[in-house]
Parts: sequence; structure tokens; C-alpha cells
Amino acid sequence: MSLAAAIRTGEVAELPSRRDEDWRWTDLRGLLRAVPPASPPGDAAALAVGPFAVLAEDEVVFLNGRRLMGLDALTIEAGAPRVLALRFVSQAEGTAHHSDFALTLAPGAVLTLLESHESAGEAYVADSALDIRLGEGARLERIVLIDEAADAIAVDSAEVSLAPNAVFAQAVLTRGARRQRSQTRVRHPGGGARVRLDGLYLPAGARLADLTTEVLHQGVDGTTSQLTKGAVRGQARGVFQGRIVVEERADRTDARMGHHALILSERAEVDAKPELLIHADDVACAHGNTVGALDEEALFYAEQRGIPEAEARAMLTEAFLVEVVDRIEHAGARDVARAWVAEHLREEA
Amino acid sequence: MLNIQDLHVRVGETEIIKGLSLSVPAGEVHAIMGPNGAGKSTLSYALAGRPGYEVTGGSITLDGEDLTALEPNERAAKGVFLSFQYPLEIPGVPGLTFLRTALNAQRKARGEDEVAAPAFLKLIREKAAALKIDFEMLKRPLNVGFSGGEKKRMEILQMAVLSPRFLILDETDSGLDIDALRIVSEGVNAMRSSDRAMLVITHYQRLLDYIRPDKVHVLAAGRIVASGGPELAQELERSGYDQYASAA
Ligand SMILES: Nc1ncnc2c1ncn2[C@@H]1O[C@H](COP(=O)(O)OP(=O)(O)OP(=O)(O)O)[C@@H](O)[C@H]1O
Ligand SMILES: [Mg+2]
Repeated sequence: MSLAAAIRTGEVAELPSRRDEDWRWTDLRGLLRAVPPASPPGDAAALAVGPFAVLAEDEVVFLNGRRLMGLDALTIEAGAPRVLALRFVSQAEGTAHHSDFALTLAPGAVLTLLESHESAGEAYVADSALDIRLGEGARLERIVLIDEAADAIAVDSAEVSLAPNAVFAQAVLTRGARRQRSQTRVRHPGGGARVRLDGLYLPAGARLADLTTEVLHQGVDGTTSQLTKGAVRGQARGVFQGRIVVEERADRTDARMGHHALILSERAEVDAKPELLIHADDVACAHGNTVGALDEEALFYAEQRGIPEAEARAMLTEAFLVEVVDRIEHAGARDVARAWVAEHLREEA
Repeated sequence: MLNIQDLHVRVGETEIIKGLSLSVPAGEVHAIMGPNGAGKSTLSYALAGRPGYEVTGGSITLDGEDLTALEPNERAAKGVFLSFQYPLEIPGVPGLTFLRTALNAQRKARGEDEVAAPAFLKLIREKAAALKIDFEMLKRPLNVGFSGGEKKRMEILQMAVLSPRFLILDETDSGLDIDALRIVSEGVNAMRSSDRAMLVITHYQRLLDYIRPDKVHVLAAGRIVASGGPELAQELERSGYDQYASAA
């Protein structure tokens, strides 16, 4: 059951619904009476520049589910660090599309993947699936910027598998959509492999942003560090589902998970389900989960100094969220992410 | 300059300021003294427009303009500055960023041009040096982990940079060591001018040795119960507030 299957078959029954435990907060079945027709190819000449345009050496573009040039798979060889932009653009109205992409990092390869989900349309349904494999000692930093239309339904899924000593670092930033989910599943072999799995959500209006992750620790000596922060305004909803499973014999696993959210209006909502499922004995695991409001006294203090309330709220919220952005290693991407957060926090709720 | 007439302020269900009248002309410094819980901080919050401090009667005007109708940031842009008794910590926002945002917001509200980064840095370096504040401290999140005295000094730095017209100092002397008290007082005195006025709330005569007030008022149980010259502060130091218990 998945959005991809529904798009492929045209069967609404394939859509995840609130009856599926992992989708209970992000129901898709109740939203659509029928699966929309397939999106047209789109007009490549009308493409805007992507958010990471100046940072990347190469660009892979999917327009309405079709790759503009080349194959739906790419292998990065060992050598000098590379920077690749991966763009999923929806140039559609009321139609549906699905993209598939496979990325392999050969042993020792180093890549920064600057992924963007961009909208040039409305009320579309977009799904994308990414298959990522890291060879021994390969390093990947994946930064994902999700900027879908307010009335779109969008799901992106990444399956990540790592070889020993690989390093996978990820930051997903999203403002949500009518329904939007970004899900990542990491198969963690241990063996010195390291994972950082960060997220940031800031939906406003009637948007829903859902960050769902699963890390399966399957071998000894693996580390995972996860930090997700969110701020919800208007009637928006934020969903965080983080699951870390430490399988039997995955000893000396070190796994940390933090989720912290700010609710900025009375009608906004956050649903969080942090889970640590530990089946090994010798592990160091911890998680923290907090949901709160802005400090009203600090807000008044800023206003007393002349800062208008809306700007004071944005400033304090930004200061709260920026911890996630600061963990991005690629300096250029970090700047883009910081500006993106600052801009969207200053939009009307 | 500032004119308060028969002011009543309620916090929650409780009336704290109960018919307070006070007027501070331009160029003057007035001290307010009074027992703990008398309503001194409540008065300063009401002047600054803190949410939850409801003005239920009377008026507050600055140069004839009704302040109670304005948002806190609008009052700030008109020149009202409150040095907090307990300054707040602002996690994640460096002092420099905070202060530049505040200064430019005020300037924008007054229809003035924003201050460019180099001019701002020059201004803040100069004011920080005068107050013996290490410039590096301004790169840290504002007030986070600062000592009580450091926070108070940071309040005066903000005041110096924002250059307000009506200054309220709520126990700025508490928590300051002897040297800091002198440095901060010099900073405050440097701001005395014929077009500014100040309200200095304190428990101690010592601050008033540095910042000489034109008038001293005693605030007890939500009202001004006595007013006089600087000698009133000395008298209070000797005899305490008992004599005003009945007046309140
Ligand atoms: N939120 C509140 N709800 C109810 N009562 C309050 C509230 N805040 C303050 N008060 C009360 O108002 C009264 C005046 O407090 P305020 O802080 O103005 O006193 P103060 O004169 O500044 O005292 P101090 O010298 O100790 O600083 C006190 O009795 C206090 O308990
Ligand atoms: Mg007080």
C-alpha cells in the first residue's frame, strides 16, 4: 500500500489510510475520491532555476516524474568530492506523477546531494522514490528542500543502505503541503558506519508536514544521531515519526534521537511518535521529545526594544530551528537552508 | 514629557496600581522608591505596555500622546525604554543581531533609514567600550548564561545604542558590583539631556549618589504617597517605609 502503487494502478484502495498505523496522522485515502490522471510531460523550457543552482556541478532533473536527460540511475565513483543537484519538479495541475531514481556511491566515493522538491503548479499528486546505496567508506550528505504547493499531495521515500564505515548525513527541510510526507529508511550495518538524520518542518496555513524515519541497526558499532525540530503556525500540523530499531547482537550501538517543536498558534498541532526499539544489551541510546510554545516574556522583551511582534516571533522561532540548519556540513547548502527558513517564517501564517 | 493621571492597573484579577499620578518633565530625573511588592515593576511594565497588565483607568501620555493605545514596539519607537529588573535570556539570538534588529525596527517605524552594518558596528563598539563590555560577549546569545551584573550592563548598552527619550530603570543597580555601579551610572548620566527624562526605580540611596534625582517619590500599595527632593531618599534610608503604611 503506497501512493506510488495507487498512481501506478489508478486504484484508490492502494492509498495509505489512517487505518495503517504508520499513516494514521497523514491519511491520504480520505482525501482522494479517485487517483488523478497521469501528468503530462511538462515544458522543460519553462523550468526555473533550482534553489541549489549555483552550488552543484551537475544536475539531475525529474519533471512530472520523467527524467529530462539520462538514465534513472547513477553511480558515483571514488575520487574528488562531488556535488550533485537532484530536482523533482511538479509542473502540473490536478494530475499525478511518480519518479524513481537510484544512486550508488562506490566504496570511498564522496558526494553532497542537494535535493529539491519544487512546485510550478497546483493540486497535483507527486511521489518519488530514491534508492541509495553507500559502499564501504563512502560518504554522502543529503540535503532535501521540500517546497510543494499548498494544495498538493506529495510523498518522497528514500531507502538507504550502508556498508561498514560509510557515513550518511541527511537534513530534510519542509514546509508541508495539503499532505506531505518525507520518509527515510536506513539499513545500518554497524561496523563503524555513522548516520545523522535531521529534519526541520515549518508548515503554516492549512498545511501538513510529516517527517518519518526508520533506522535499523543490524550490526555492532553503529552510531545514529537524529535531531528534528519543527514550528507550526495557523492551522498547520506537524508530524514526526522516528523509529530506531537496534536488532539483536547489534551491540555497542550509539543512537540518539531528539524531536522538539514549537506550536505558534492555538489551532496548530504537532503529533510525535519517537520510538527506540532495543533488542541488544550493550547499547547507548537516548531520546528526548518536547513540544512547547514561545516564551511570552522573551517576546515582550524583544517588543519592548522596538521589534514588532510578528518579527519577534519569527526571530525567536528561527533561533530555535537554526540548530538543525547549523548541523549541515556543506557551507553553501547551509546558507541556502538558513535563508529559506528565515523567508518562510516571515510569510503570513 | 511623561504624564500619568489617576492610573489603575490590573494584573489578572488583582488591582496593583490604584490611582497613581506622576509627571516627569523633560530634562528631569525622578526616583521611585518603595517597599517590596508596592507596584514599582508593575508601573514600569504598564508604561512599556506588557500584555496582561491591563490599564483599567486613568491615562499615560508622552508629550501629550496617549501611550496606552500603542503596542510595546510602537512605544519603544516613540522613545520609551525599560531596563528590566530581570532581563530575559534570548536563546539563539546573538546580542549584535538582536540589537541591530531592534535599532532598525525603531528607525523604520520612525521613517528613518536603516543603519548599515559598518556604522552599526562602529556605534556598538564605542558604546560597549564605554561600558567596559567585552565585544566578544555581544556575539553570544543575548543574556544567556550571563551573570546578573552582566545582564544589567547589557541593558544599559542597549539603552545607549537605542538612544531613547524616556528611560525607565527598574532596579538597574541590583546585582552590580561597586565598579560596575559606577560605570553603569556614568553611562546613564551620559544620557541626561534637556530633551530626555528618566524614572529611576531603586531601593538604595547609593545609586542616587551617582544619578542625582530632581525629585524622589515614594510608591506604596499602588500609589504615590510622598514626593520630595533628593533629601527624601536620605530620610527613607534612616526611617524606612513604616510611616507610609497608614497613608497607603
Ligand atoms: N501576574 C501577577 N498576578 C498577580 N499578582 C501579581 C502578578 N505580578 C505581580 N503581582 C503582584 O503585584 C504586586 C506588585 O509587584 P511588583 O513586582 O510591581 O512590586 P515591586 O514594587 O516592583 O517590588 P520589588 O521591590 O520587590 O521589585 C506584588 O504583590 C505582586 O505579588
Ligand atoms: Mg520590582
